[in-house]
Amino acid sequence: MFNFGFGSKKIKESLTRTRNSVFGQITTLFGGNEITEELWDDLEALLIQADVGVETTLELLETVRGRVSSEGITKPLDAQRVLKEEMLKLLEGYAPSVIDKQRILTVVLVVGVNGSGKTTTIAKLSKFYRQQGKSVVLAAADTFRAAAIDQLKIWGERAGASVIAHQPNADPGAVVFDAIKSGLARKADIVIIDTAGRLHTKFNLMRELEKLRGIARKQVHAAPHETLLVLDATTGQNAVSQAKHFKDTVEITGVVLTKLDGTAKGGVVFAIGKTLGVPVRFVGVGEGIDDLMPFDAQAFVDGLFDE
Amino acid sequence: MFENLQDKLQGVFDQLNRRGRLSEADVDKALREVRLALLEADVNFKVVKSLVGRVRERAVGVEVSKTITPGQQVIKIVHEELLATLGDAAPLNMGGGSPRVVMLVGLQGSGKTTTAAKLALHLRKSKHTPLLVAADTRRPAAIEQLKVLGRQLDIPVYTEDASVPPPKICANAVKAAKSGANSVVILDTAGRLQIDEELMDELSQIKANTHPQEILLVADAMTGQEAVRVAQGFHDRVDLTGLILTKIDGDARGGAAISIREVTGVPIKFLGTGEKVSELEVFHPDRLASRILGMGDVLTLIERAEEMLDEEVAERGAKKLLEGNFNLEDFLEQLHQVKRMGPLGKVMDMIPGMGEITKSISQEDMENSLKRTQAIISSMTTYERRNPKVLNGSRRRRIAKGSGTTVQDVNQLIAQFRQMQKMMKRLKNPRFQKNLMSMFGGGGFKGF
Repeated sequence: MFNFGFGSKKIKESLTRTRNSVFGQITTLFGGNEITEELWDDLEALLIQADVGVETTLELLETVRGRVSSEGITKPLDAQRVLKEEMLKLLEGYAPSVIDKQRILTVVLVVGVNGSGKTTTIAKLSKFYRQQGKSVVLAAADTFRAAAIDQLKIWGERAGASVIAHQPNADPGAVVFDAIKSGLARKADIVIIDTAGRLHTKFNLMRELEKLRGIARKQVHAAPHETLLVLDATTGQNAVSQAKHFKDTVEITGVVLTKLDGTAKGGVVFAIGKTLGVPVRFVGVGEGIDDLMPFDAQAFVDGLFDE
Repeated sequence: MFENLQDKLQGVFDQLNRRGRLSEADVDKALREVRLALLEADVNFKVVKSLVGRVRERAVGVEVSKTITPGQQVIKIVHEELLATLGDAAPLNMGGGSPRVVMLVGLQGSGKTTTAAKLALHLRKSKHTPLLVAADTRRPAAIEQLKVLGRQLDIPVYTEDASVPPPKICANAVKAAKSGANSVVILDTAGRLQIDEELMDELSQIKANTHPQEILLVADAMTGQEAVRVAQGFHDRVDLTGLILTKIDGDARGGAAISIREVTGVPIKFLGTGEKVSELEVFHPDRLASRILGMGDVLTLIERAEEMLDEEVAERGAKKLLEGNFNLEDFLEQLHQVKRMGPLGKVMDMIPGMGEITKSISQEDMENSLKRTQAIISSMTTYERRNPKVLNGSRRRRIAKGSGTTVQDVNQLIAQFRQMQKMMKRLKNPRFQKNLMSMFGGGGFKGF
């Protein structure tokens, strides 16, 4: 459907690395002849080490063990199938992203803590939608971090998206207003808003995001249509708190899981799916502008298990 | 989401005989809770295992003293072990001749560039003349970012074109520092994955070219289980000399610090506590240990109060209280202040010992009653808020309707407010004020 070019190779590589690290061992685990107590213990250890989190891991195992006994499963491979099914349940069943819906102008708000990879993700998103022939306007609403505007301008140029920017330390709300106005005037398809990184516990900064939403909503009906939380795959259980706070203030509609090209696997998305019901929309798998792909839950879980 | 570890352990030990020695079974039961708490705090699984093992060895057979409960006894041992693992705060090694070289390494987005600027400011305060070096030629505008920060602080930044290999830039920068009489060179390197062979080689070359006194891993406090592999990866290639933990001002428990310490053995040097360049703190092992255990963190509470509360509003409220003309409008204003601190339950959790108390009151109830109060006052007219006396039956019915509450709720609130006003009137009495002063001043808190 989409041409990922260089990206798809990277994705495969990154998933290979996954198999060789934590999740890979799960397959080995299920390679035996019988389901032992030791198998469950090892499984618990592996899931926790993948940042799935204690609570989610224990509940997941309870469900799987319950099904294994009630369905009379004796073969480890069948137990693995059940595990996969249950893991998948935590990640799928969500309505697809609404970015592609036809409307006068689609507004995407991108939020996250400092250093999660918002600006790079926006560059990749721009390229992604440019390749589908859409015109993209970027709003440089991170007016706080030094040179963040320059960074977005460079990416915008590489992706073929126009960047609306003000001076450093300008009011981000004014940037959003101008970018949407410009998007409407030039009949662009998508406006993507880059916001300053902020820790979810900073009350005033979170309020500022609420304000940005209000500004978008006043200009375009039901905007922002998608609010994406950019989440670093190396983040541990704090990611749940991040997602919860951002959901409460700006109603995030999806997660972009970045830096999945390392050895970290972002197992915390299972906990986020379970406790908050927020789906993963995209994954970032490298520093290049093409290193982004739509999230496919089946492929994600399969990739973690397949030989 | 987290329950206080102390409360949990209390629960475990409540069922046990309080006297005698801690048996193996007692300890194991308690250690299960300890294990879970540490894992929730993102301490690495294997590190938790070895830590819990050490605690177990020390705890079994310990005589339970009369003054503290078994739960507290175990907590104390865990706390001590955490402190031992975290180690003491270590200053920067500034020995040797000028210029000393400090090299910052880490994953993408861990906060190297911001930390570089913070370190430069910190060093200048102790009479050093730092030179910042923009060695991140990969991320777009990273060089520009460091330049801007340098300009803000009036600290020189050494840059070359992004096409020059970073090891060469760093070597040239050290030379420049020698002739420019800079006493410290801070190398801001590009973020990289510890498994990226090519870029890890680059770090080795930078090290060989500049002979740094300090090679500091900059790590995000929110890092999960991965922290061990990242730290090990960097340590294997460049021999780290220390760690800086960033973004500690959020609500991450920072278990990664324990993991990194355990696998590398290098000391934790600083904590990044905010976005401003001045927000770099010397590391306090005891504070971090309490935080990882999810125990009360009064200091964080105070910091949050300082950040959230509008001093002027708080003072205005206090003054009006003392003057005795505190009305419902002021009351609403103060309520808003309390709400700004975040969810009440979370605020309570930060106060040591409050865990037990808050358990008996549902946090939802507290939040709801706060919300109800706010709704009732918001449904009054300004005139009514300033003159609660005029609130007759028909006004009260209207307010109840407007706020989605009942007349009883409104009555209750007004009664409570009257009670408060009476108290205030007594406060106004000079004799009472004098008593109050002596209570706080000379006599201590005997009156309470």
